[in-house]
Amino acid sequence: MNLIIDDVSFTYPAGAEALRGISLHISEGEAVAIVGENGAGKTTLVKHFNGLLKPTRGRVTVGDWDTRTQSVARMAARVGYVFQNPDDQIVERTVADEVAFGPRRLGQSEADVAANSAAALAMVELSEEAQTHPYDLSAPQRKLVTLASVLAMRTPIVIFDEPTMGQDARGVALIGAIIEELKREKRTVIIITHDIDFCAAHFERVVAMADGRVLIDGPAADVLTRADLLATTNVEPPQLIRLAQALGLSAAPLTIDGLIANLQGQ
Amino acid sequence: MIRLSDVTYSYPRGTAPALSDLSLEIPAGQFCAVIGANGAGKTTLCATLAGFVPHFYRGDLSGDVTVAGINLPLSSPAEIAGTVGLVFSNPFNQITGARFSVREEVAFGLENMAVPVAEMESRIEEILRFVGLEGLADRSPFALSGGQQQRLAIASVLVMRPKVIVLDEPTSQLDPVGSREVFTVLRDLAAADDATVFLAEQKLEWVAAFADRVIVLHQGRLVADGLPAEILASPDLERYGLEPTRYTQAARAAQAAGLRHADAPLPVTLEQAVEFFS
Repeated sequence: MNLIIDDVSFTYPAGAEALRGISLHISEGEAVAIVGENGAGKTTLVKHFNGLLKPTRGRVTVGDWDTRTQSVARMAARVGYVFQNPDDQIVERTVADEVAFGPRRLGQSEADVAANSAAALAMVELSEEAQTHPYDLSAPQRKLVTLASVLAMRTPIVIFDEPTMGQDARGVALIGAIIEELKREKRTVIIITHDIDFCAAHFERVVAMADGRVLIDGPAADVLTRADLLATTNVEPPQLIRLAQALGLSAAPLTIDGLIANLQGQ
Repeated sequence: MIRLSDVTYSYPRGTAPALSDLSLEIPAGQFCAVIGANGAGKTTLCATLAGFVPHFYRGDLSGDVTVAGINLPLSSPAEIAGTVGLVFSNPFNQITGARFSVREEVAFGLENMAVPVAEMESRIEEILRFVGLEGLADRSPFALSGGQQQRLAIASVLVMRPKVIVLDEPTSQLDPVGSREVFTVLRDLAAADDATVFLAEQKLEWVAAFADRVIVLHQGRLVADGLPAEILASPDLERYGLEPTRYTQAARAAQAAGLRHADAPLPVTLEQAVEFFS
């Protein structure tokens, strides 16, 4: 299922123009990271993908659906969205009910709801907390609960807004593994992140935004080497690319193995 | 300055202590970072240094906590507020919700300290420029992006010019250049204004580049304390649930591949990595 953003502009009711003519084509199974400075319009853009916001001008289509003609509830069958702040999302009294909420609302059978929720909770390693109240968990754990809620819906497109925020090394590794699993399943994964090293490790395509526009869009190894351009939207290349550039290497390593291979080739 | 002696603390419903036998002294002018896995006690320690433990969270606190000459457990929140500033990790928890504009939100603390209006206005202008929110002074705090709200939370604390500044992952939602700016300012506040800066942080690259000192918490205990270059390159780091910077990892991989001497000191910053690999 492809996601097409066609010349989309958006102005908030209070008058702030947040998006100015964005066009993007995201194919089924792509892994795309959206980066850029605070206030660039990243969250506003992805809220268009599941119809939470409707374009002031232009059009967003998800498969054969134009988001303007669909309810947000219906869109949820195709696009799962994990909010930046978990507390904007949590509604239930136990972790198990919270994770079951989405699939149940989508009309999955109770057997599927149970199987999908259990699988999603296992993916975020919180199966033992199924009967815990979400607010008795730490904030990073609550974020993992909201991730599981969206995974349980089994949507073809999944959006994570700042998934690694507040996570420690183990949490970041866990989220990285989930993203790799979604990629293997050929689901479309879109994230917003300021964690450029995480972005380099897991995303093949990077879109940098600035001031409501797309500044640059392309393969990670190309976009993440453009230090001058990225600086205009407050982004720095990942550690390994900065190191390679400082050493005068021609390659743009996204992984440690890549850097070592390049050094061995010298 | 900050002094903790034999501090042990348990939350009201906690089974194990969140902090155990913690003793620590941080002089004025030092920028000290605390690192550790989630649940290690970083946030609890920040809350203790700002008096939220025990005044707000209750629970059982033993040992002494002295910050800028004030014994925190024995002092009123009003006395503490003028001395220690705490920046929460989640700006949604910090913004008062009682103010209609960014300017009024930043004024909140100054009003409580009875700062004269003219001085208040100039300090607000200055701090908003400093955090990059100067064009947004009249906007509602709730019409800001997540990262802009975090900048606002930082501004609201720094504008009060506290002697001791405690920050719990203050840059979690900031773009990389914004994070660098915040770290630069914190270092300057410590070096030039003799403020004590204490910060919990997950991003070890920033800790390596900016902090004077790093402490490691593991299951509520202080398990390491030293210079960033020693602590962050230590082989123990993974045992505490922390991942070394890519610079350290790349250097180790190069040693393992026989590309560099096994006894060369491991880098923790870009500059050190360039030296290591050159």
